[in-house]
Amino acid sequence: MPHIELSPELPGIRSLAAYRPDTGKPLYELAQVLLRGGDSPLSEAERELIAAYVSYLNQCTFCYSSHAAAARFLFKQDAELVDLALNDLENAPLSDKLKALLRIAAKVQQDARSVSPEEVETARSFGANDRDIHDTVLIAATFCMFNRYVDGLATNTPAANELGIWATMGERMGTIGYVPPSPTK
Amino acid sequence: MAHIDLGNDFPGIRGPMAFSPKTAQPMNDFANALLATDEGLSKGERELIGAYVSSLNDCHFCQSIHGAVANHYLGDESTFEAVKCDLPTAPVSEKMRALLSIAASVQKGGKQVTIEQIETARKEGATDRDIHDAVLIAAAFCMFNRYVDGLATWAPADPDFYRHRAQKVAELGYRSEPESGYFPPQ
Repeated sequence: MPHIELSPELPGIRSLAAYRPDTGKPLYELAQVLLRGGDSPLSEAERELIAAYVSYLNQCTFCYSSHAAAARFLFKQDAELVDLALNDLENAPLSDKLKALLRIAAKVQQDARSVSPEEVETARSFGANDRDIHDTVLIAATFCMFNRYVDGLATNTPAANELGIWATMGERMGTIGYVPPSPTK
Repeated sequence: MAHIDLGNDFPGIRGPMAFSPKTAQPMNDFANALLATDEGLSKGERELIGAYVSSLNDCHFCQSIHGAVANHYLGDESTFEAVKCDLPTAPVSEKMRALLSIAASVQKGGKQVTIEQIETARKEGATDRDIHDAVLIAAAFCMFNRYVDGLATWAPADPDFYRHRAQKVAELGYRSEPESGYFPPQ
């Protein structure tokens, strides 16, 4: 049960954006520009995978399940990459560049001061540019917020094994993107 | 030195925000909606929660600027230091002490917040809205701190820099300008 009174019809972040739309609106705008905006050299699928990976490390079931579902939808025929990466990053068949960026994201999740120049250089040697590195750090940082917001207020979350619910949510995120819900009151 | 070429010399979060104005805009809108209001918690109380979480994350730039903004609003140069050094004895209301304790749990991880902490805060007069805002402020600074430190941005050492900035923030709020980022130009 959530720590505060939220709409029982809405899960996770959606119940919070409906509860307080004045913060919900810029948060959804941030998610939209960061995960869907055209400036990033990273694909939408890659960005969703970074979001899912950080949420997985933070053990946030709502964010991890929904963003993994969005990443599977966006990777299309390569959907299996998502679960391979989440289960065993080092042995997953991802590009060296994306693996290096996901390692940086994991450092940001743990303790942002621990991102080392060597790790950044490794990402560069595999083709990452300043924008890739910036977006990776900001996505990881942003999900350290969303995960804490969603779990810190104990929001309603479907069970992790409700795969149909998550797949529907992932498809919506992958098609219409981030549109805030209507306010609760 | 920052991990990427930001194309500017702005300190702290202003550097990456000027590098990426399209993400800076909603981040600043969000900071203003969350921090620049006295509805429920006062501006000073909100900044104090942000500064405290930044100190737990050991983010020099964020705790310095938001500690200075908190002290500015609270009208006392020492409140943030007292909270940072020893929350149980710091000169804040019991409601704020309970909310700061919730913020400290959020800093560790969202699931660390206990029902007992929530009940304690309610007993001291915290509303749903206060609890919501304390959790979201704590979560937000877990983002801002990581953005600042994950890119290894630079932070001025001089405390006067932050005092001066704090006055500007109090006057003008958090602004998004493509050329100047987070804080307004001097």
